[in-house]
Amino acid sequence: MDSQLTLDLYRTMVLIRTFEEAILREYHADKKPVFDIGAGQIPGEMHLAAGQEPVAAGVCAHLTTDDAVTATHRPHHFAIAHGVDLRRMAAEIFGRVDGLGRGRGGHMHLFDPGTHFSCSGIIAEGYPPALGQALAFRRRGTDRIAVAVTGEGAANQGAFHESLNLAALWKLPVVFIVEDNDWGISVPRSVSTCVTSNADRAAGYDMPGERVEDNSVEAVYEAAGRAVERARAGLGPSLIEVHTLRLWGHFEGDAQGYRSDLEGVPGRDPIPTYEAALRRGGVLDDIGVKNAQEAARQRVEDAIAFARQSAEPDPASALDHVFA
Amino acid sequence: MTLTDATTPTRPSRRRLSTSKAMVEGIAQEMERDPDVFVLGEDVGAYGGIFSSTTGLLDRFGPERVLDTPISETAFIGMAVGAAVEGMRPIVELMFADFFGVCMDQIYNHMAKIHFESGGNVRVPMVLTTAVGGGYSDGAQHSQCLWGTFAHLPGMKVVVPSTPADAKGLMISAIRDDNPVVYMFHKGIMGLPWMAKNPRSVEPVPEESYEVPIGKANVVRPGSDVTIVTLSLSVHHALDVADELAGDGVDCEVIDLRSIVPLDTGTILESVGRTGRLVVVDEDYLSFGLSGEVIARVAESDPAMLRAPAARVAVPDLPIPYARSLEYAVLPTADRIRRAVLRTVGT
Repeated sequence: MDSQLTLDLYRTMVLIRTFEEAILREYHADKKPVFDIGAGQIPGEMHLAAGQEPVAAGVCAHLTTDDAVTATHRPHHFAIAHGVDLRRMAAEIFGRVDGLGRGRGGHMHLFDPGTHFSCSGIIAEGYPPALGQALAFRRRGTDRIAVAVTGEGAANQGAFHESLNLAALWKLPVVFIVEDNDWGISVPRSVSTCVTSNADRAAGYDMPGERVEDNSVEAVYEAAGRAVERARAGLGPSLIEVHTLRLWGHFEGDAQGYRSDLEGVPGRDPIPTYEAALRRGGVLDDIGVKNAQEAARQRVEDAIAFARQSAEPDPASALDHVFA
Repeated sequence: MTLTDATTPTRPSRRRLSTSKAMVEGIAQEMERDPDVFVLGEDVGAYGGIFSSTTGLLDRFGPERVLDTPISETAFIGMAVGAAVEGMRPIVELMFADFFGVCMDQIYNHMAKIHFESGGNVRVPMVLTTAVGGGYSDGAQHSQCLWGTFAHLPGMKVVVPSTPADAKGLMISAIRDDNPVVYMFHKGIMGLPWMAKNPRSVEPVPEESYEVPIGKANVVRPGSDVTIVTLSLSVHHALDVADELAGDGVDCEVIDLRSIVPLDTGTILESVGRTGRLVVVDEDYLSFGLSGEVIARVAESDPAMLRAPAARVAVPDLPIPYARSLEYAVLPTADRIRRAVLRTVGT
């Protein structure tokens, strides 16, 4: 694989991780000594995507901001990889007026019309709107596509199956991504899902299905390339399941007492793994790593500072934006 | 052109249309005008909509703009949401409002909330059409009105036409609106040849394009003794009762709400302020719904406005029964409306 491309994939993953670590830090900074989910500068549920960077980096490397992405309740990695502005995203997570949704949405409801990015807090329900975006793109005679993302738990939802059927039936330019992080909150996929690979379900909808087993960004990139090319060519949707990793809890505050695989998790972190591979290939050295980390740190800390200085929404504006 | 009162079009029309044909004409004129308008749903193509809400559109505009969907309401209503987000103006049909249970997440968590969650940065200009109402023994899962349920959830406008002219004008307004609009048409107002129809379901409709403003009620019959606030098919029952009681010296004012989100509180208060008496007629369920809301708005404004206790004629909190005798015992029939009015005026 082209070394510039591999470096880009690596840098995207580092940027995502740096952002998630900063949100983690800011989220917990004023929730000590007693954790109160509604307290502090970032209140509410917080679902961080550390460990799942390869999926977002590998898929979004094929997209431009003219393409659409619909993500999940765990959306930051896809937002960043797709090019959503870090400052306005951070400000929205902080619930501030300069946020993407002027503080009305929060971290599960990030909408950026400039990059056609959105996410939904409801499992599998980001799939249907992606179909409509794809339909609109096709009607306008473009080769733009929509990427719809869910977790493996969503593959047991009706919206997932309805969407696969309709997208295949109408050969819509959609790429369906399933992030299999093994856990639906506390329920392992072996307890929830009758097939070992959700990619097998693609056959039921007459579309290509592929499972990427090892959370490798390059493998995701290759699989996504095939699916994106097919969609842009007007040949219809594809389904890709990536066996990825939930490095942290379902949400912050989740003690993960249910998690039998916890001990082995740090050793499966995809970023050190990829970094080592790039070092072995001579693409990356100490300076390259430091530069990537420093560049990411600067961008992320700039975004956090922007969010912090942004004002809280005026309570007098609470009723704004219900209707256009 | 804007019709603020559907009974007085700027150019009188002698041409009479059924409500369903008027509704289709509104859609067709907007499809002619705006290439981003398209229709999707179950049986909207060759069948023309089970309740004739899309008759002829497929022949006229072709399968690229009139799309029969699989029976997958979550997928195709969500698809309409996504298309609207990208600037198209879909009209998506939920065949019966009763079916909302299989797709409500796309309606109330996505269609209705995206604009707000985006801080006003994303618009969702779409129309969700759906058939409502009973009276023909279709049982508990195909006879409900449910507009109070939709109106309770913020972020979507809710329009409920009762006449052919309003059906067309409200449709055109709904399509042009930058917000999601739920357009709920009662099967009994459509003028269908295979279902008993009220005599006002075929009426003059202007041929040109016009809007009936969303959020503006219509005083369809002025009166001085009692205000009947109602909507949809019940408007016609109320008018029948008003005609009948006029002979007995009871002068009823009948207000057709036409929209319940936004609710035209001003017109209600102005009327009740004059009559001092209020009867709300609503084919939706009685409790926690539109009838209570209308009375609450009066009470919040000025409880002394009412010279007699307000009355409600609604479905008394039970599933719609199948047997004709039972169904008509709970629907807001003319007989029930008459009794409520007479009780309210104290005769």
